[in-house]
Amino acid sequence: MNGEWLPQFLQFLFSGITVGAAYALAALGFTLIYNASNVINFAQGEFIMLGGMLTVFFLQAGLPMPVAVLLAIFIPALVGILIEKLAIEPVKNAEVTTLIIITIGAALVIRGVVQIFLGKGTHSFPPFSSAEPIAIAGATLLPQSLWVLGVAALVVVALGWFFSRTLMGKAILATSYNRLAAQLVGINTSRVLFISYALSGALGAIGGILLTPITLTSYDVGIMLGLKGFVAAVVGGLGSGLGAVVGGLLVGILEAMGAGYISSAYKDAIPFALILLILFFMPRGLFGGKVTDRV
Amino acid sequence: MFRSQFFGLIVLAVILVVLPFVLPNNFYLDLAIRMLINACIVLGLNLLIGFAGQISLGHAGFVGIGAYASAVLTTHYSWSPLGAMLAGALAAGVLAALVARPIFKLKGHYLAMATLGLGIIISIIVRNEAALTGGPDGMPVAALALFSFEISGEKQWYWVVSGILLFSLWASLNLIDSPFGRALRALHGSEVAAQVVGVDVAKYKLAIFVLSAVFASLMGSVTAHYVGFVTPNVADFFHSIELVTMVVIGGMASIYGSVIGAVLLTALPQALAGFEGWETVVFGSILMFCMIFMPKGLVPTLAAKFGRR
Repeated sequence: MNGEWLPQFLQFLFSGITVGAAYALAALGFTLIYNASNVINFAQGEFIMLGGMLTVFFLQAGLPMPVAVLLAIFIPALVGILIEKLAIEPVKNAEVTTLIIITIGAALVIRGVVQIFLGKGTHSFPPFSSAEPIAIAGATLLPQSLWVLGVAALVVVALGWFFSRTLMGKAILATSYNRLAAQLVGINTSRVLFISYALSGALGAIGGILLTPITLTSYDVGIMLGLKGFVAAVVGGLGSGLGAVVGGLLVGILEAMGAGYISSAYKDAIPFALILLILFFMPRGLFGGKVTDRV
Repeated sequence: MFRSQFFGLIVLAVILVVLPFVLPNNFYLDLAIRMLINACIVLGLNLLIGFAGQISLGHAGFVGIGAYASAVLTTHYSWSPLGAMLAGALAAGVLAALVARPIFKLKGHYLAMATLGLGIIISIIVRNEAALTGGPDGMPVAALALFSFEISGEKQWYWVVSGILLFSLWASLNLIDSPFGRALRALHGSEVAAQVVGVDVAKYKLAIFVLSAVFASLMGSVTAHYVGFVTPNVADFFHSIELVTMVVIGGMASIYGSVIGAVLLTALPQALAGFEGWETVVFGSILMFCMIFMPKGLVPTLAAKFGRR
C-alpha cells in the first residue's frame, strides 16, 4: 500500500505548500493593510500580478535578473503607497462597502494599465536555478519550489523581527491595536499607513515573482490569487500574522489535495467552500480572538 | 417626505412612458431595458445593503441561479418558462434561507468574505457543469411565453420591464415605511438597540436576504429570456461587484438612488466604448473618484446639497 499512495500524496503536498507559500505572502499583505487602516485591499492580487509581469517586462528589456526583480518589487510598493495617499487617506472613515469599491477601482486601473502596456499574453521566465526536478520518495520537487518556500520563510522571519524588534514595527502594531492611543503617545500614524501599504505591495510582488516560473503569469491572474489570499487571511483570523501564514499554507495544501483527489475542475471552489465552513463554525477564523462589541 | 417619495414614482412613470417615443432606435431601447432590469436587481440589493446594512458580495450568484434555472429547465427538461422561473426563485430563496443564519452572525469583512465565497462557488458550478449549462460558452434560452402569449421584440419587453420596475419601486417604498422596514433600519443603526426594543434581528436579516435573493433570481430569469442567451459571466464575482457599485454610486438606502446607480453604470461601458483599450482604466478611475468625492452616493449627496432630505 505504501508504495502506491505515498508518492502521489507527497506530490500534491509539494505543489500545495508551494502555492500556499505565495498565498501566505498575499495574506500577510492583506493583514498588514487591515491592521493599519481597517481596509480590505482588493488590489492585493494585482500586486502579485505586477511582480510577475514587471519581472517579465524588465527581463525582456534586457536588464539582468537581480535588477529586474528589485524593480519588480519596488514598483508595486510604490503603487501601494500611491493607493494609500490618493485613494484611502482622503476617505479615512468611510463605510466598509465604500472602501471595498475604492480598492476594486484601483485593482481595475492597475490591471487595465498592465493590459495596455504589456499585452494580454501569458508569460513566464526561467526558474532561478536548475529546472531539473529533485526526486523525493517517488515524488518530484521543483527547485523553484524550494526558492518559493525559502524566500517566503525568510520574509516571515524578517517580518517577525521587524514587528518585535524595531521601533517602526512596534509603532505599526500599536496603531493596529488602537489608532487614537497610538497617536496620543506620539506615533506618526500616517507614516505607519505609508509603510504598511508599501510593505504590502512588496510582499505581494515577491510572491508573484517567485511563483511565475511555476504557474506562469498574465495581466488577469491577480483576481483569483488575490481572492485566495483574502480567504487565507480570513481562515487564520483577520489581523493575525501567524494566522495569515497558517491560513495560506492550509488553503494551498487543501486546494492541491482537492484538485488531486476530488476534482481538478473544482480546484478554485475549494478555498471558498473551506472559508464558508470555517466561518459557519468559527465566525472569527482559526486564530481570531474573541471580540466583545462595545455597545 | 412620504408624499414626495410617491411623487417621484409618478415622475418616473411619465419618463418611462415618454422614453420609447424619444429614443431614436432599438439600440437605445435595448440599453434602456438592460438599465431597468439592473435597476430592479439593485433595488432588492439596496434593501439588503442600504437599509438593513448587510453587505453581499455574491449577489450575482442569485441572478445566475435564476438565469440558469430558466435556461436549463426549459431547454433540457421542457418546463414552461413560468415554472422554471418560479423554480429558480424557490431555489435561490431556499439557499438564501439555509445560509442566512450562519452567514449573518458574521459582520463587516467576514460577512463580505462569506457572501463573496458563496457567489464564487455558484459561478464555478455553472462554469463546470458543461453538460447542462454549456460551460464557459453559455447556452441559448427560449423566448418567454406566459400561457399562450409570447413576449418578443424590444418594444414589448420595454413595457414589461417598466411595469416590473414601477411595481417594485412602489412595493419597496411601502415596505420601508412599514413596521418591517422600520425594524430593518433599526438593526442597521444598532443591532443591540434593535434587539432591546424587541426586534428579532436574525429573523429580519433572514427575511430581507431571502427577499433580495428571490428578486435577483427572478430578474436573472427575465434577463435570460430577454437576451435569449446566458453565459457564466452573469453569476461571476465582477457582476456582483457591479451590482454593489450601482447601489453605492446611486446612494445607499436611497430607493431612487438604486435606479440612478443602475442607469449610470449600465450606460458607462457604452459611453467608454470610444476609449479603445482604456475602458478598464477609465471605469476603475470613475469608481474611485465617485467613492472618494461622494462616499455617500449620488442621490444623498445631491439631496444634502440642495437642502432636501
